[in-house]
Amino acid sequence: MLSTIYIMWRRQIKRYWRSKSRIIGSIGQPLLFLIALGFGLGPVFERAGRGNYLNFLAPGVIAQAILFMAVFNGVELIWDRQFGFLKETLVAPVSRLEIVLGRVLGGATIATFQGVIVFSLTLFLGFKPQGITFLPLAVVLMFLIALFYTTLGTAIASLMKDFHGFQLIMNFLVMPTFFLSGALFPLESAPQILKSISKINPLTYGVDGLRQVLSGTVHLGVTGDILVLSLLSLFLLLIASYLFSKIEA
Amino acid sequence: MTDTIIKAKQLTKKFNGLVAVNNISFEVKRGEVFAFLGPNGAGKTTTIRMLTTLLKPTHGKILVNGFDPLTQQDKVRKSFGIVFQDSSLDDELTAWENIEFHGILYKIGKEERRKRIKGLLQIVGLWNRRNDLVKTYSGGMRRRLEIARGLLHHPKIFFLDEPTLGLDPQTRIKIWQQIKKLNRKYQTTIFFTTHYLEEAEKMASQIAIIDQGKIVTSGTALELKKQTKKKSLEAAYLAITGKDIREENASSLEKMRMRMSRMRRK
Repeated sequence: MLSTIYIMWRRQIKRYWRSKSRIIGSIGQPLLFLIALGFGLGPVFERAGRGNYLNFLAPGVIAQAILFMAVFNGVELIWDRQFGFLKETLVAPVSRLEIVLGRVLGGATIATFQGVIVFSLTLFLGFKPQGITFLPLAVVLMFLIALFYTTLGTAIASLMKDFHGFQLIMNFLVMPTFFLSGALFPLESAPQILKSISKINPLTYGVDGLRQVLSGTVHLGVTGDILVLSLLSLFLLLIASYLFSKIEA
Repeated sequence: MTDTIIKAKQLTKKFNGLVAVNNISFEVKRGEVFAFLGPNGAGKTTTIRMLTTLLKPTHGKILVNGFDPLTQQDKVRKSFGIVFQDSSLDDELTAWENIEFHGILYKIGKEERRKRIKGLLQIVGLWNRRNDLVKTYSGGMRRRLEIARGLLHHPKIFFLDEPTLGLDPQTRIKIWQQIKKLNRKYQTTIFFTTHYLEEAEKMASQIAIIDQGKIVTSGTALELKKQTKKKSLEAAYLAITGKDIREENASSLEKMRMRMSRMRRK
């Protein structure tokens, strides 16, 4: 059981580690958000009496980087399908749950690592976390965000035969998830409709947890955030492995 | 040993009303080299997918090594090795990593695994290139690696779906020598498809010809030639299946694969 999960995990990590262009490329977007929004909107934010914008924004952009990487890692399943490698795993005498778990854990590890890289970048740009003792908790939260969205990507990819739907996922799932999660602006002062939408957005809980741990601004409460993300991930894992087991190749 | 290792009875597969495999029955004996021939779109690959647990039949019964692919999936999966029509290697991994991945999935212990990998990679002539990424491999090298990988867990049955497609004669001869050697050494049953009829004529101890989802005839190469009064298996094959080119509807997956191979990552 564990050997299958481990080898699936290790494969993901190796593939990631070998594509240096992917590692560098995936830093571009968060960096843009940090610089353009952080320095562009920062003064406005401060004039409105909301304090340092970078301190507010940094956890949101870390969550964004994880979200994008995680969904992409999940959707990579389609890639394996197209290049034929999926069949190698499908004919193997192992349970579909093991395959999904290995894949998801691999993808989530990479996305978490991505979060840590972006976190280091924010420090470089002037983000001042409230101390480093909370770092392990921050990594736990990053991993939970990564886990949830890798699983989501995997579940969706199990239903898709080709990449045509990928743009759809980006525009109608990933982007709204990011923009409506409170990553960029405080939700307390947002209109009721946005607040309500953000409540059913899992990323809201991730951003909230990270912000609390790293910047010290409490909104929903970190224990609740962790609980929500863990339960949702578990539930989604069951769905994903069911959908994966239905794949005919 | 002459017992039956693959048994298909009234096997049918429909895709949205289109009948890909139409009520076919056949048996493959243990240790046999069985050629499954037919024009494009005849149902060869669909049959293999059903035999290898990748596809559920619409009707019919299958036994592979005595197990039912519907209810005893893992036992069936342990019984066979397979080389698919298209590559199923991970391009971003080395040959060694690809084959080791396989060994771990099939739960072969470390010592034994390493020993077998070395032996197989030497047989297929890839030992010196084992640490190269597969994306640097030629078509023939990929095929040889897939053959080595498919045999790592010592399967009772080895499925090869057009194993020599697109390879030069030298490579084809080499690959067949290796397959034949394994068949003799381990009594591995070989189930293969090919469009190179001289390969079937030379290698197969038993041949079945499928056309438009139905098995039209079966027997040894000699029997098929006698039956049609032709001198070569190719002539016999054409007499049986006709000379018309078949219109094949590429499945969405195949279309996609064609597109992908064009825009393939460098």
